[in-house]
Amino acid sequence: MAQIDRDKLLDIYTRTMKVNRTDEKFRELLMGGKVAVMYYCVRGQELVSAAAMAALEKEDYVVCTYRGQGEQTAKGIPMEKWWGECLGKATGTCKGKGGTMHITDPETGIMVTTGVVGSGLPIANGLAMASQNNGDGRVTLVSFGDGAANIGGFHEAMNMAQLYKLPVIFLCQNNRYGEHTSYADHTDSPNIASRAAGYGMKGVTVDGNDVHQIYPAMQEAVARARAGEGPTLVEAMCYRMMGHFFGSDFSYMPPEHIAEMKAEDPLPKLRQVMLDYQFTEEELDAIVADINAQIDAAVQHALDAPLPDTDEIYKDVLEETA
Amino acid sequence: MAQITMTQALNLAIDEAMADDPGVFCLGEDVSAKQGGGVFKVTSGLTEKYGEHRIRATPISETAIIGAAVGAALAGQRPIAEIMLMNFVGVCMDQIVNHAAKLRFMSGGQTPCPIVIRTTTGVGVGFGGQHSDMLEAWFAHVAGIHVVTPSNPADARGLMRASIDANDPVIFIENILCYGLKAEDPGPGYRVPLGKAAIAREGTDISLITYGRTVLDALAVADDLAKEGISVEVIDLRTIAPYDEATVLASVRKTGRAITLHEAVRPFGTGAEIAANIQEKCWDSLKGPVRRIGGTFSAVPFASHLEQAWIPQKSDLIAQIKASVGKL
Repeated sequence: MAQIDRDKLLDIYTRTMKVNRTDEKFRELLMGGKVAVMYYCVRGQELVSAAAMAALEKEDYVVCTYRGQGEQTAKGIPMEKWWGECLGKATGTCKGKGGTMHITDPETGIMVTTGVVGSGLPIANGLAMASQNNGDGRVTLVSFGDGAANIGGFHEAMNMAQLYKLPVIFLCQNNRYGEHTSYADHTDSPNIASRAAGYGMKGVTVDGNDVHQIYPAMQEAVARARAGEGPTLVEAMCYRMMGHFFGSDFSYMPPEHIAEMKAEDPLPKLRQVMLDYQFTEEELDAIVADINAQIDAAVQHALDAPLPDTDEIYKDVLEETA
Repeated sequence: MAQITMTQALNLAIDEAMADDPGVFCLGEDVSAKQGGGVFKVTSGLTEKYGEHRIRATPISETAIIGAAVGAALAGQRPIAEIMLMNFVGVCMDQIVNHAAKLRFMSGGQTPCPIVIRTTTGVGVGFGGQHSDMLEAWFAHVAGIHVVTPSNPADARGLMRASIDANDPVIFIENILCYGLKAEDPGPGYRVPLGKAAIAREGTDISLITYGRTVLDALAVADDLAKEGISVEVIDLRTIAPYDEATVLASVRKTGRAITLHEAVRPFGTGAEIAANIQEKCWDSLKGPVRRIGGTFSAVPFASHLEQAWIPQKSDLIAQIKASVGKL
């Protein structure tokens, strides 16, 4: 097993816990009735997002989905702006006009969050095409779920990316459910990564709950893209430990599936890895406490922030011209 | 100045925009030199000048084409994406409507999407039901998009340049039957601002509001009716959405009568929106109801005589103008 640089591991752990604590806080606020918005929980997928973002540089581009909290916070969107947007406030990344499903923050490379399954892949190609055209050395990562692998845009984008050898990474977070439909009920292929071969592309399936699998896979995909060797389809096996969206029923998940995902929970596993790398319980607890404090402050900031002016509905439709 | 065709006008506008800005590039099916420079030759000769990275021939993948244009635009480039025929927009509406049109708004102004989507269509060439429709109303109904169509070579050159300059998505509709039109070249750097209609012919009795190929019909009919003492003002919208309301309303206030004319089917067409707007805002000036003329509400048929019967007829246009002005 390849070792991960200790500083990088700490970075991944910090990002993972940021994603997790943000998710927990969001569910707490929703359950307490403090806020009432659409939110797509990322419990169970924290490590995949964190490892992927840790493999990128700050200026690299990311396209994600409505279940994109992991990518967004792990890539580094300032928490106050992120919470502001989720609460529909003027201080949000998009002045409250995008919301949880359309978080955009070009400063940290979060270029598009799409609410339409599979639509991010073709757009990621375009970001990567711009980098290929102007030689800026950036790579683009697009995250999506297993459900997106069956929509036309997935196939069109994969073929085009390979054809042009675009510097793009297709990260399929295979959480075993597309909306409320299980993988077995929507797909008969044994996995998604094998589809890459159909486009002449490199594809790998890794355990997204194991940092020693997901991080090296992401590193390699990023290195290939950056070196001009073209795209990679990385399929990270993981579990969506909650329903499709917050509050939705997930009684359709069989008990054995729930038992399996609890056993594979990435968080205790990562904690153990950290201890194996000689981080202490106290150090890890201090990191989480610090994140919690940051989140609490950001949430309070967002709760106290002003609502967007109603005139905003007329703005940003087309460029204002004289 | 030399005479140029509309095809040449479009080619010249794209060529000079690419020369001026390295961020401008073309992508679409069959657009590069290997495939002959586009099915209607609009990108002919550009691969030789700018290379295959900037004239990217793509697979037959409309969703991937528009998605790539959107992404490249977000990264600061100015892609010109070709959807070979307008009916094929049905394949990539999600990228146009949910993404290109909305990303500026949904991001609070952070991610404008400056893309030009070139597409061609037109009734009268025997292409049948899936290669002929004018679908401008689909896009006019979506906030965040400009919809543009030229009726002559000079406007084609100027509108294309302005569309490439625009910091928002533009649906640029080229009518197949207009590619061969010839007119004087307005010269390098020529721009026709988006959102500005042209008064293609001045008149005093009735305002005929149209765009694209039917401008030619309107002008021909106006010529004929002038001999009978009916003075028709022809307005070429040039930008269909958002359209030049001020020019339209001023014309109707002057003439007191209006007809909207388009090749697209009549029900729920852009003519209905314009007519409704005129009736709301020019009621006191109107001497009669605003009339609408459009294509027949069926699929465009194949057989030549059926196709010709499907198109808005000049005879109907004449009859409706005469009925409006009370000279039937």
